[in-house]
Amino acid sequence: MEIFQIIGLALVATVIALLLKAHRPEMALQVSLVTGIIIFLVILGKITAVVDLLNSYAEKVNIDMVYINTLLKIVGIAYIAEFGAEVCRDAGEGAIASKVELAGKVIIVVMAVPIITSLLDLIISVMP
Amino acid sequence: MNIDLIFRIAAIGILVSVLNALLNKSGREEQAMMTTLAGLVVVLMMIVKEIANLFDTVKTLFQF
Repeated sequence: MEIFQIIGLALVATVIALLLKAHRPEMALQVSLVTGIIIFLVILGKITAVVDLLNSYAEKVNIDMVYINTLLKIVGIAYIAEFGAEVCRDAGEGAIASKVELAGKVIIVVMAVPIITSLLDLIISVMP
Repeated sequence: MNIDLIFRIAAIGILVSVLNALLNKSGREEQAMMTTLAGLVVVLMMIVKEIANLFDTVKTLFQF
């Protein structure tokens, strides 16, 4: 049961961050940053299994791998953008956080362009 | 799961706080400032490695 480990780690890190926040706010921010990274590295193994499963089923039903890869990339970009924006927002920089989120959204839309064009082509070819 | 990194950062933070208070009391404000800066840089150097590790794992996991 890794959830108990993660919750214990989060509680300890929260207490340490609160202790440091009074005198050294920048150190408190770094503690929370490292905690986020460690928790992600713990759940990484489980996500890998899910991604492998997704890939194997996509191969079975002959879905074009380009689409699956784009989908996975979008998930990765969304996670990273959220992570960075949350760190910025924790430090009180809401403006920078919104810009990071905007950049993530724009990059995701740009990556989804091939999927959108193929969908539109399909619709046009079906139309009489 | 290397929790010791968190404890290391906390220790550096507390140490820098104590040194800062000490140097401020003895009237060496500029050295207190330098201590703060040095502590920040040391912790940043520790964290940059972890951030690079995170980016690498996300890149390999989501097949960038």
